[in-house]
Amino acid sequence: MTILLFGVTKDIIGSSTLSMPSSSEFGIKKTKTVKELKEYLGKMYPELKKLSSLAVAVNNSYANDDTIIDNFDEIALIPPVSGG
Amino acid sequence: MNFKRYQRQTILKDFGAEAQHKLKDSSILVIGAGGLGIPALLYLNAMGVGTIGIVEQDIIEITNLQRQVLYTEKDLGRSKIEVVLERLRAQNSNTQFKTFDTFLTRHNALEIISQFDVIVDGSDNFPTRYLINDACVILKKPFVSGAIQGFEGQLSVFNYQGGPTYRCLFPNMPTQKEIPNCNENGVLGVIPGIVGNLQALEAVKIVAGIGEILNGKLLLFNGLNQSYQTITFSLQPGNLMLQELQKSYGAELCEATAGISVEEIAEKIKAGKALQIIDVRTVTEFESLSLPQVKAVNIPLDELKGRIQELDLQIPIYLLCQSGKRSAMAMGMLEEINNQLELYNIIGGVDRFLAHHKWN
Repeated sequence: MTILLFGVTKDIIGSSTLSMPSSSEFGIKKTKTVKELKEYLGKMYPELKKLSSLAVAVNNSYANDDTIIDNFDEIALIPPVSGG
Repeated sequence: MNFKRYQRQTILKDFGAEAQHKLKDSSILVIGAGGLGIPALLYLNAMGVGTIGIVEQDIIEITNLQRQVLYTEKDLGRSKIEVVLERLRAQNSNTQFKTFDTFLTRHNALEIISQFDVIVDGSDNFPTRYLINDACVILKKPFVSGAIQGFEGQLSVFNYQGGPTYRCLFPNMPTQKEIPNCNENGVLGVIPGIVGNLQALEAVKIVAGIGEILNGKLLLFNGLNQSYQTITFSLQPGNLMLQELQKSYGAELCEATAGISVEEIAEKIKAGKALQIIDVRTVTEFESLSLPQVKAVNIPLDELKGRIQELDLQIPIYLLCQSGKRSAMAMGMLEEINNQLELYNIIGGVDRFLAHHKWN
């Protein structure tokens, strides 16, 4: 699973993409949800948990916490940016 | 209308004289004449938009020049709105301009936005972005949102024909601590040029009725690998139900509220007016560098809430700090406690006083 990082998430994680190994990382076999992914990433990178608005897209569509994801999905973490 | 002038676009089969007339009859408001607003303004004006509004209260600083390409070294220290108006008038004398020499605040947003068909958000901070969203939802106006950070940009058209809003994508306003904001936000100079031009394109498409609007889609631009990625998102119907603006857009303000320039303060002081100026810097900062002419009272930001009884709430309160940022936070804080107060943030703070003061 590839996670594309935008804005401040790139700075927090320290690269522009993140490859997630396999679903066993989550301790759950096949299906996972966006919520579980967020919790997992939050443990790895506690700074992410501080973001009050963080959009997650799965295969280029905005995803809710209960959206199901699998290993072939492309995920994007999109925080709002404010610069003008 | 001088058609020859627009001939290169009116010969386009999918644009034509009809779209050109629509442009002429339209009114577009650009909020912020900075990195995003400048390219948007230049092209909207060049293409023949009939009425253009501009909201801006900043002064041109040296750090603006790497991306705000309309301003020159000679313009340093001048007000942006004055310089922009001068250049845009010279560029197209047929355009009607409506200028608003102010920052957008919850007190003026509805009145200003209601006068235009389409809004272009070129602001540089979250409070203003959420304020624009809410005001546009209430007034049912589409707005073209552009935002930048570093090497990246985001673009979308919100609230278009009952479509999704900014809050459908980002429900909660970030605090200043979590995401870089305002002047601390680094950006490569050309990035706002790209995003601001894309905003002009969307605004023109909306008023001319051509093409597909970036509605329910967020465009993510990454300048480092020249990638454009589009994310689709949908309406959360509750977000269209807004009836009124929030009481406050939070303590996380960046001059997004009523600001006053050091020149205006200096004039008032010279005229012998006694002003209630509260310096919210730390005691150490205050003691090591204070301005004797200003006669400020020092109440550090983190003590402000507890010492509110020391303020005279019946008269205007002018807030001061080193650069204008903590004073803006102080302003948000006081506004949350009591939204009837007359508050002013002294733009640029002590730094600006030292650079620009004209005491004699």
